[in-house]
Amino acid sequence: MTLAGDILQITALSLLVAGTSTLVATLIAVPIGTVLGLREVGSARLLRNILFTLYGLPPVLAGLLVFLLLSRAGPLGPLRLLYTPLGMVIAQVVIVTPIILGITMSVVSTVERRVKDTAFVLGADRYQLSITVLREAAAGVLTAIMVGFGRAISEVGAVFIVGGHIEGQTQVLTTTIITDVAQAEYGHAVALGVILLLLAAVIYSLLYRIQERTLP
Amino acid sequence: MSLEVSGLVKSFGAREVLRGIDLRIEPGEIFAIAGPSGAGKTTLLRCVDFLLRPETGSIRYDGATTPAEPAPAIALRRRIGMVAQNPLLFRGNAAYNVSFGLCIRDVDEPELSRRTADALKALGMSDLAATRASVLSAGEAQRVAFARAVVVRPDLLLLDEFTANLDPTNVNILEGAVREYNRSTGATVILVTHNMFQAKRLANRVALLLEGRIVEVGAVPEFFENPKDPRTRAFVTGEYAY
Ligand SMILES: Nc1ncnc2c1ncn2[C@@H]1O[C@H](COP(=O)(O)OP(=O)(O)OP(=O)(O)O)[C@@H](O)[C@H]1O
Ligand SMILES: [Mg+2]
Repeated sequence: MTLAGDILQITALSLLVAGTSTLVATLIAVPIGTVLGLREVGSARLLRNILFTLYGLPPVLAGLLVFLLLSRAGPLGPLRLLYTPLGMVIAQVVIVTPIILGITMSVVSTVERRVKDTAFVLGADRYQLSITVLREAAAGVLTAIMVGFGRAISEVGAVFIVGGHIEGQTQVLTTTIITDVAQAEYGHAVALGVILLLLAAVIYSLLYRIQERTLP
Repeated sequence: MSLEVSGLVKSFGAREVLRGIDLRIEPGEIFAIAGPSGAGKTTLLRCVDFLLRPETGSIRYDGATTPAEPAPAIALRRRIGMVAQNPLLFRGNAAYNVSFGLCIRDVDEPELSRRTADALKALGMSDLAATRASVLSAGEAQRVAFARAVVVRPDLLLLDEFTANLDPTNVNILEGAVREYNRSTGATVILVTHNMFQAKRLANRVALLLEGRIVEVGAVPEFFENPKDPRTRAFVTGEYAY
């Protein structure tokens, strides 16, 4: 494989894995975070504490956990997801979901009480109330998703353990940078590093633009 | 819609804010509730609009109490509109805000756009339809809040100090809109105000609320010219210290 082809493939897989896991995590975390954020603080305090602990969960640990789940002897072993991109997605969903959930919960709970009251008085039912509050919190929720994606694409521990860094199959930007350095392939490592940086810049500026438009 | 409030008590902690309110408001009337700051006017409206649950007492809407099941309760709630003291506008433009209640009631296009545009036009806001709510002036924001409340044609409209701190032009526009709404729909209007002149201009009857109790209720001419209670007299002549 040519060098450019190899870099292209690695970059594409990085984006695919981080993008898919962020998407899945968003679909799980935003609805749950909204419902919890709408509840009064007391009932959700325990959950809040658990979430904040999960924020600090080292990706390596999440990787180890998912590795044990997916390994041949593990409960999900028969699915044969270890060392596959899907397995990597699962590991990253574990890492990203608490982040998006926690931030969503927190931004939703800080939306003014008056938003809920106003929608209620205008005739909103429970579901419509939630949507209205979520809409007011849109910029914050988008930030949550951005932070989640940033964590996923820059994460290395979990994808290394669960993906196994198999050439042409589960190599991503971060894992390749590590092995490059180990093999003294500094030029290649730097090239990948620059790509990682560019990706971050492009995606963040894109999201920033969306966010600006959703602000009042 | 008629409204019957009886024996209504609402406390916050140990503090009794409404201390047994009895009121009967007839369909189609404009009923003003006056009273000094802290008397419990907003609290009363919030009880009527289900934002607060009173400890004791009952509120009957067209003779019926609030249904327990969610669907008829929402249906009743949707017949009541309110413009809050310091109304909040949602993020988005003026038209979005006005159309909110229609969207929630699943009103489809082209009716949605037509009714939104009509409501904005009635308040002289046509050219501001696409303006973001956050940049509207206080008077414009108040007119949007009013249009948002009446666009869904509530049978009972609650107005909480809806022209406080506005200039005479905006006050005129909004008072005219209330009169027009009441005349064209026959809706009942409850107007909370501490502006006696506004009560006189708009209302059929006035009640004075003092420290959580109704002191006096009367038709506008009697209430102002021949009040029975000395506290009412003090209030209408502006001698009441508050
Ligand atoms: N949620 C609440 N918790 C505790 N106290 C409250 C709450 N809401 C209102 N109060 C108190 O109840 C009293 C009546 O308040 P309310 O807002 O009904 O007065 P108001 O007549 O509308 O006054 P204003 O003319 O200033 O608007 C006030 O003393 C207020 O501090
Ligand atoms: Mg008030």
